[in-house]
Amino acid sequence: MKNKAKLLAYPYVVWIAIFIIVPLVLVLVYSFTEGNIHNPSSLTFSLKSYDKFFNILYLNILWKSFKLAFISTFLCLILGYPVALIISKAKAKYKGILLLFFLVPIWMNFLLRTYAWMAILSPNGFINRLLQLIGLPTLAIMPGQTAVVIGMVYNFLPFMVLPIYTVLSKIDKNVLEAAMDLGANKIITFIKVIFPLTVPGIISGITMVFMPAVSTFVISQLLGGGKELLIGNLIEQQFTVQRDWHFGSALSIILMIMILISMAFMSKADKDDEGGAALW
Amino acid sequence: MSKKLIELQNITKSYNGVVAVDNINLSIRENEFITFLGPSGCGKTTTLRMIGGFEEPDEGDIFFDGIRINDLPPYKRNINTVFQRYALFTHMNVYENIAFGLRIKKVPSKEMDKRIKRMLKLVDLEGFEKRHVDSLSGGQQQRVAIARALVNEPKVLLLDEPLAALDLKLRKEMQIELIDMQKNIGITFIYVTHDQEEALTMSDTVVVMNKGVIQQIGTPVDIYNEPKNRFVADFIGESNIIEGIMHEDYLVEFSGKKFKCVDKDFAKNEKVDIVIRPEDIDITTPENGLLEGIVTSVVFKGVHYEMLVESQDYEYMIQSTDMQPVGSEVGLTFNPEDIHVMKG
Repeated sequence: MKNKAKLLAYPYVVWIAIFIIVPLVLVLVYSFTEGNIHNPSSLTFSLKSYDKFFNILYLNILWKSFKLAFISTFLCLILGYPVALIISKAKAKYKGILLLFFLVPIWMNFLLRTYAWMAILSPNGFINRLLQLIGLPTLAIMPGQTAVVIGMVYNFLPFMVLPIYTVLSKIDKNVLEAAMDLGANKIITFIKVIFPLTVPGIISGITMVFMPAVSTFVISQLLGGGKELLIGNLIEQQFTVQRDWHFGSALSIILMIMILISMAFMSKADKDDEGGAALW
Repeated sequence: MSKKLIELQNITKSYNGVVAVDNINLSIRENEFITFLGPSGCGKTTTLRMIGGFEEPDEGDIFFDGIRINDLPPYKRNINTVFQRYALFTHMNVYENIAFGLRIKKVPSKEMDKRIKRMLKLVDLEGFEKRHVDSLSGGQQQRVAIARALVNEPKVLLLDEPLAALDLKLRKEMQIELIDMQKNIGITFIYVTHDQEEALTMSDTVVVMNKGVIQQIGTPVDIYNEPKNRFVADFIGESNIIEGIMHEDYLVEFSGKKFKCVDKDFAKNEKVDIVIRPEDIDITTPENGLLEGIVTSVVFKGVHYEMLVESQDYEYMIQSTDMQPVGSEVGLTFNPEDIHVMKG
């Protein structure tokens, strides 16, 4: 029985090998070589691509990517936590509907959602026309970093709300009553009991928002108007425009290492694994 | 008789139109060990939660030390609770769990330390200060929960089925420990359980509840020996409940025969229920018995045998160390004081 069950795992192992391990090895090989990628015999070992990266121009792009991802993650947290709290406190019959409101946007195409924000934020967009209509000066949000951050927060907010909501709804009501019983009012109960118990959810949420935010290229391209180049855009350009697969691979490896370091940092704080990090 | 500490007057509480507690009146004295006993859904936990402040009564008043406390939140009551599933703070160690209430009250750290040490000694958990609560057994967790409540020196400790999650042996040990603790610290314990044996073992006073109504209040001995109605008789231990007629004082008829009994003050020829405990019936030969029957089932229970004897109109349950095989004809005897007559 056990051996037969093992057989079922083989398709998955093959899947991992073909679609994850092989591409990863290829990226690793490209990043440490130079030559014609279509002619494997011409490839020679080289650190040129990594050397190229240590340039103020590229370091700035990496810095900006992390900075915007940090800001977006932080905004998602301070917006998402109260939302999760409100949903978890809602009566059972409203819970489903409230949760749905926050999940429906994910069912829509990611690109479409971002285009919608272009229509709202662009110089002739919805907001500015509304401002014009009531005689106020227009805003120059888009293209710019503010627009990129708004796009990131909007797209990734559900991934902050969900894990925090899950942890909140798992807290035993008796535990909160015990806190009240021992003399804690609602504020002290939140500070001393609810918040510490939701730390694993917060860490999952941060992981699930930060990862896609730091590597996005669609949001920065559309809402940044091509001016706000992030590490994701830089990598995409190497493969589609510059045709420098070696440099693109090196950038991917560097980004991956940076993400791995921040993940290791996170999981160290996340004692009870909620599995959020595993999704990305 | 010590003075009244808690008083419930005409308390009614319903959830979504379903009445959970129906017009309850009860007073609880200082230093009393009182138990609310009943099947699940009988309103015992709801009553406890209203005393704790987690629910507000729809009607009626709750007095604590003479002061009405209906809408006083739990954190302002001099009452602490031990919850059924412990409800410990899993992000804190044993020491911090117990310290929780004291830190909120800003008790100086020296005194706090002293009180926590004393509590750990009381619940026999010395040296467990730094342990994470998840690493403790069920019995140890429950003792932390008790220490966490008692360290605040409440006047009343509420216990909501605190031993339900423990295995039998541990439960028996903890019952004894709780009785000792209550005697040592001298505060009121209000205990909720559905386990009649637990209620009889531990309490000074038992309050039997069913469907939101108090069925009987009394000492364990009273409740067991003089059940007021069919429900109490049936819920407290095994019993034979037979329909009968009370002819006059001290004379009752059931199973087609008249018997002497010790009960009086019923109307003439009133329809009544008669309770005879299985352990009060003795088996004898058919000619010596007050009633006759045939043994239909024998089950070995360890200390005694449990036999069913089919008589003319009722199947009697008998607990005895003398075993008669299935199919044998036997006689049943009992004393007048073993017959308990209740209103039908």
